[in-house]
Amino acid sequence: MNTPTARQPDIAVEMRDIVKRFPGVVANDHVTFIALRGEIHALLGENGAGKSTLMNVLSGLYTPEEGEIFINGEKVVFHSPRDAIAAGVGMVHQHFRLVPTLTVIENVILGLDDPKFRLKLEGARAKIQSLSEQYGLKIDPDAFIWQLSVGEQQRVEIIKALYRGAQILILDEPTAVLTPQETEELFRTLRSMAEKGHTIIFISHKLDEVMAIADRVTVLRQGKVVATVAIDEVNKEKLAEMMVGRPVIFRIEKPEIEPGEEVLRVEDLHVRNDKGLPALQGVSFVVREHEIVGVAGVSGNGQTELAEALYGLRPVEKGRIFLYGRDITQASTRDIIREGVAQIPEDRHREGSVGNMGISENLIMKHYRRSPVSRGPLIDWGYVRDFARKLVKRFNIAAPSIHTKARLLSGGNLQKLILARELSSEPGLIIAMHPTQGLDVGATESVRKQLLEEREKGAGILLISEDLDEVMQLSDRILVIYEGQIMGETPGEGADRNEIGLMMAGENRSGTGDTSLQRNTSNA
Amino acid sequence: MTPTPSSSSHRLPRLSLERRLTSPWWLSWVIPIASVALALLAGALIIASQGVNPWEAYRAMFEGAFGTGYGVAETLVKAIPLMLAGLGVSVAFRMKLWNIGAEGQLWMGAWAAAGVGLFLYPAWNLPPWLAILLMMAAAVVAGGLWGAIPGVLKGVLQVNEIITSLMLNYVAISWVLYFVDILWRDPGGLGFPNTAPLDKAIWLPKLTWIPFLPKGHRVHAGLLIAILAAVFIWFLLNRTKWGYEVRVIGENPEAARHAGMPIVRNIILVMILSGALAGLAGMAEMAGVAHRLQRGLSPGYGYTAIIVAWLAKLNPFGVLLVAVLFGGLLVAGDQIQLTMNLPRSISDILQGLILFFVLGGEIFGRYRLRLR
Repeated sequence: MNTPTARQPDIAVEMRDIVKRFPGVVANDHVTFIALRGEIHALLGENGAGKSTLMNVLSGLYTPEEGEIFINGEKVVFHSPRDAIAAGVGMVHQHFRLVPTLTVIENVILGLDDPKFRLKLEGARAKIQSLSEQYGLKIDPDAFIWQLSVGEQQRVEIIKALYRGAQILILDEPTAVLTPQETEELFRTLRSMAEKGHTIIFISHKLDEVMAIADRVTVLRQGKVVATVAIDEVNKEKLAEMMVGRPVIFRIEKPEIEPGEEVLRVEDLHVRNDKGLPALQGVSFVVREHEIVGVAGVSGNGQTELAEALYGLRPVEKGRIFLYGRDITQASTRDIIREGVAQIPEDRHREGSVGNMGISENLIMKHYRRSPVSRGPLIDWGYVRDFARKLVKRFNIAAPSIHTKARLLSGGNLQKLILARELSSEPGLIIAMHPTQGLDVGATESVRKQLLEEREKGAGILLISEDLDEVMQLSDRILVIYEGQIMGETPGEGADRNEIGLMMAGENRSGTGDTSLQRNTSNA
Repeated sequence: MTPTPSSSSHRLPRLSLERRLTSPWWLSWVIPIASVALALLAGALIIASQGVNPWEAYRAMFEGAFGTGYGVAETLVKAIPLMLAGLGVSVAFRMKLWNIGAEGQLWMGAWAAAGVGLFLYPAWNLPPWLAILLMMAAAVVAGGLWGAIPGVLKGVLQVNEIITSLMLNYVAISWVLYFVDILWRDPGGLGFPNTAPLDKAIWLPKLTWIPFLPKGHRVHAGLLIAILAAVFIWFLLNRTKWGYEVRVIGENPEAARHAGMPIVRNIILVMILSGALAGLAGMAEMAGVAHRLQRGLSPGYGYTAIIVAWLAKLNPFGVLLVAVLFGGLLVAGDQIQLTMNLPRSISDILQGLILFFVLGGEIFGRYRLRLR
């Protein structure tokens, strides 16, 4: 099923035997990748499979140690993204590279050599408008980036690439930040671009997406190509197996459990963000024992501030937070930890671990204040070593030793470390933020299982995630957040994806038929 | 003509830096050693520009600092304040608090100790051992308070501690010199700007029992204080809950916040500890070497201590070792001025070069150089 060696006229990209090494790993091990003109080609693989590396090679960010690249049959050597752009290869990164204080036009022409000295915005505006019409990329050229939604910013990135004449467009996990509706819109754009002869390379680890949008798919595993197949020759299960190397079960067992007592009650919570603007505006909900409450929403709608406020990291402007009926609105993080609240933070590296410290030192970050980890002012490192060894074993953290620095762990292992730390204190409430973001299929499975285990044991779990599938799969109830307000609540079982999507986009359904959303108690 | 070269393929190969994910164990040793060697090489050019054979000059410097018993003793004398102030600086740096104020904290420590020694000791008729302890305590308090000022400003109001601690140096030195020149000036001092000498009984005792050092050397008990302080700091950082907090905050304040660690309080405490150690350095120099408060008591020990702490990678025992090397450099500077007719500032230049090259060299610990 693999591709012909003779240069066919419809081959847009041909990467032959690409080898890219990083210290200790071969990120791309003789990878051969071919994308045709006018196709949407998905690049599928787990984290660390080498997808992004391969595309960074194609977009000129990395120089491969071995291998050749042909664009439209011509051999090219890229020294920088500039060279790649000149050859018609553009990339939309996962994290946008836009200047928030500049307008759309200014961002699009940023870094271009033409015009040389004086800005000629009029010409640029016309060209942006024509691109925008041609591909259905609705955008106001004079808007400032900071005024735009994430979906709109993504459109700017795409326009930026098209403006530079990209015939081959690489998108790195473009749907991670979008609502289902925005995703649909993006897919429409991508299809129309493909029809006009562009080649779209779509990096993803989400199988549903790949099945929905791709014409062909190349699966990578551990730096090597597993296969390139046409999408109608495979199904989701088959792709997952190619990706992971073993059959994958998609359904997780979630036993029916009656929720118990109330663990967390939030009443009319008002919180401001770092810029001093309102981030939460009257949020109320409860989480009970044996219950996972999911918070769905596009990122940046107050989720971070909610988690921080609950964990004592952000001052509460108005409203109250109760843990087991006790008011913890003004409590310090330290007290909240002592009361048995665990947290799986949004950013594993920045908030959840200390990269330059060993596994054992990372494992005691929440325990070090109490016996037996410490006695009086002293830490009992002998005990810590035993403690760490036990947790490493119990949570299957793969590392050469308990002194291995946290920054050397893979994403999955680092998340296991954080789970080990947070769950080992037998928390009553777990605030889990994007707990499986960036994890591979295996690690995702194990994290989700652990959360469900904690639910069975009696913990209340607040699951904040952008992954709608995850929220729908794990939650007993789902709250949808938009601009700091709860738009509505649905039961997790049999939730209507479309309905949630509309609420994520700001349609208010609260007050319609749900009882546990007690907005009326807020001024008590 | 089929495979057309891309627009840039005739570009010259160029250097680029690539991030290292891991670094081999020996790298953390090779880099600083190579950096110091390169600094000495650069220094050789400067020495040569003065018409002196650099090889000769370096040999004379080494001989002067380490070649004789007298040289070793003087090197240790100069190393003592560098050790104590270097320990202070390293503690603050551990928490990424850039305390540039060791010099001022050192002067304040010397000032407070001198006050105790010159006035309280005779007035209260204290036993000498108690007076020495009180002098130490006064230096710790004064240095600690001087460090607390930038600490509080940083912790509570997020004022940049580099600026405040640096500016406070000038305030401290002026404050002390006001006492030296006017309030506490020795009337029988023949017009020299210094206080009366301390009573001999409360000088820090000489370590006469150290073997191989010549009779009458000036190495004093400050050396023991510095070694004890290093052990204390090591223990504090590595064995206590508080030290663990300091290390976590230094490495990743955001993670520390998420673990509920008291960051503001620890910023202030660390600055106090840092200032207290620098204050002890001032006391040791005053009560162990000068035996009075005087102009030029510190030739900038508090600044050299920054280089010492950094070169030692903030390791307390490393500070002791590096302080001896820099003490040697100071002695050697005096030496070559006398014997080689080179300006004394050569040793300052070398200090600067060493710091420059070591800081520059650190990039190779994190990145590798590639030709492409």
